[in-house]
Amino acid sequence: MSEKKFIMGNEAIGRAARAAGARAMFGYPITPSSEILHFWSGEAGSEQGKKDNLVFTQAEDEAAAGFMLIGSVLVGTRAFTATGGPGHVIMQDAFAMAEAMRFPIVAIVMQRGGPSTSTVVYSQSEVTLACFGGNGNGYRIVYSPASIQELYDYTIKVFNTAWKYRFPTMLLSDGYLGKMMDEVELYDPAERGIVMEPAEPYSQGQVRTRPLAAIVPSPELDARVVDGVEYACFRNCLNFEEEALAVNMETKTAFDAVAPEIIEYEEYGDKDASTLIIAHGIVSASVKQAIDNLKEKGVFARLFRPITLNPFPAEQLRTSAKNAKRIFVAESAVGQLGKLAAHALCGTVSVPIVEYSRPSIGILPKEIEALVMQPA
Amino acid sequence: MADIIHNANPAADSVASAFPKCVRVESKPHLYCPGCGHPEVLKALGLAIDDLGIQRRVVFGIDIGCSLLAWNYFNLDTVETHHGRTIPTMVGVKRSKPESVAVAYVGDGGAYAIGAGSLLNAAVRNENILVIVVNNALYAMTGGQESPTTLPGMKVATAPYGADQYFIRAPEVIRSVNSTAFVARGITTVLPALRALLKSALQHQMDGKGFAFVEVLAQCPLNWGTMGDPKATIDFLEREMTKEFPVKRY
Repeated sequence: MSEKKFIMGNEAIGRAARAAGARAMFGYPITPSSEILHFWSGEAGSEQGKKDNLVFTQAEDEAAAGFMLIGSVLVGTRAFTATGGPGHVIMQDAFAMAEAMRFPIVAIVMQRGGPSTSTVVYSQSEVTLACFGGNGNGYRIVYSPASIQELYDYTIKVFNTAWKYRFPTMLLSDGYLGKMMDEVELYDPAERGIVMEPAEPYSQGQVRTRPLAAIVPSPELDARVVDGVEYACFRNCLNFEEEALAVNMETKTAFDAVAPEIIEYEEYGDKDASTLIIAHGIVSASVKQAIDNLKEKGVFARLFRPITLNPFPAEQLRTSAKNAKRIFVAESAVGQLGKLAAHALCGTVSVPIVEYSRPSIGILPKEIEALVMQPA
Repeated sequence: MADIIHNANPAADSVASAFPKCVRVESKPHLYCPGCGHPEVLKALGLAIDDLGIQRRVVFGIDIGCSLLAWNYFNLDTVETHHGRTIPTMVGVKRSKPESVAVAYVGDGGAYAIGAGSLLNAAVRNENILVIVVNNALYAMTGGQESPTTLPGMKVATAPYGADQYFIRAPEVIRSVNSTAFVARGITTVLPALRALLKSALQHQMDGKGFAFVEVLAQCPLNWGTMGDPKATIDFLEREMTKEFPVKRY
């Protein structure tokens, strides 16, 4: 039964993972994500957690947490990790392997100030890292929620996206949302008709609805059936450039094919307003407030909010920006969302794209209002 | 070394076929250099897996370096990971599927340098996995650089005037943080004993007793500069290496 509770964002994430039927979590403490670890360690140690065979391991570092997660996913476990900031940097080691082998790892990333250790609660400066980190070409799915309710909703969703499409999937949020408290509607996904995708094993599993060869790039897999038993061998060290090309192109083809199904975005405000503001995550919530405040003064603006940062709703943004006279990008980073937006809009708009960059600091509605009110 | 020979199961000495049953014959000849120690370790491991009848249950994790050439050596569920990350990968496997048998196969660089934090903490947490470290006293695949087990005075690519006096004796370190772990050091030149050691180490995991650690002294003729001279290779392995790295159960 669904219930409303006044809880912290990080707890909402933990409860959503539980509601989604996640079984294992591997992590390393780092602010602002640590409460997710605390929640899961409590669940795993409880009587019910033991009955449900929950797994919790506090790793020696984020690289190890990421690779424990890979090992867990390898044997068919709906599993996840949580990190942020410098920990997110270290964890890219594992994300790169998951990207190469199409392992559906789930990572909750709570952004904090950057670069380096910096401040411990807030920024939007891990967008590029989340979307394009590692030494690959960015074949991972990244969602940016904008409220504590969305932390709950999208945590359930990331498990399904990861296992349905078999790409590393991230929930990219921040410590403002993670540490804030709000009323959240907690529900069992089944009540909403959400069917959880099964976590099928890559190793130690003989029954599969989809053969491994339909998922893992061909140079990375050598699966053999001997005496009726399938033995799967995975590699990521390749001998020839042609093999590396094949891995990349097979992955790109698969990603491009499913991207239209995955892409999510939101528009807000008067659809005829000539001022368009592009923002994501908690900044988009601030922009909505600003739009409402401006409306009271008879000034109209609208928001385009990418919910998936990767794959990016490029076509939808182009449509939205078509008749805009002024375009702003507001983010708590410099040129991260800005580059994604500029790339999508390149050659399709004739007005300048003005970036409002406030790296590692929050953006208030009044700042957006001032931006819109300034003479063109 | 005498201990190990004494402990070996005499029945295990008879090697009827050239390969263990769990070997993927199609992937042979193997990709290692002539005279390399790795195929000996892999053969002993394969025989131990055959002995225990656990082919279907094993998840074989292999590290980067010469270890990675074992990626399709066996008909075993196998995964090549990143350098130094095989131990945590196997921790994730075993914690999530306790009925599997998780084996991490790592070189001395992967286990004692880049993956040292993971090795030590897996031992501290008494993770129920087997870690096999092939110790040839240097980084082999990348061209013979100094590793944490390079012996004093050894001339290697990154210590051309000879390595310093410091090196790690890992089984001793593992024992100091875990009093109940299975800890041993074997050598490639006494294969029946190595097979028996690995069998006992696997059994330790299957009995749910926690961390098992086997370091194996192995030859690298290419980077030792003894290619084409088996006597010099074996002399270095059996005389020089064993002086600093005793072959025994800890």
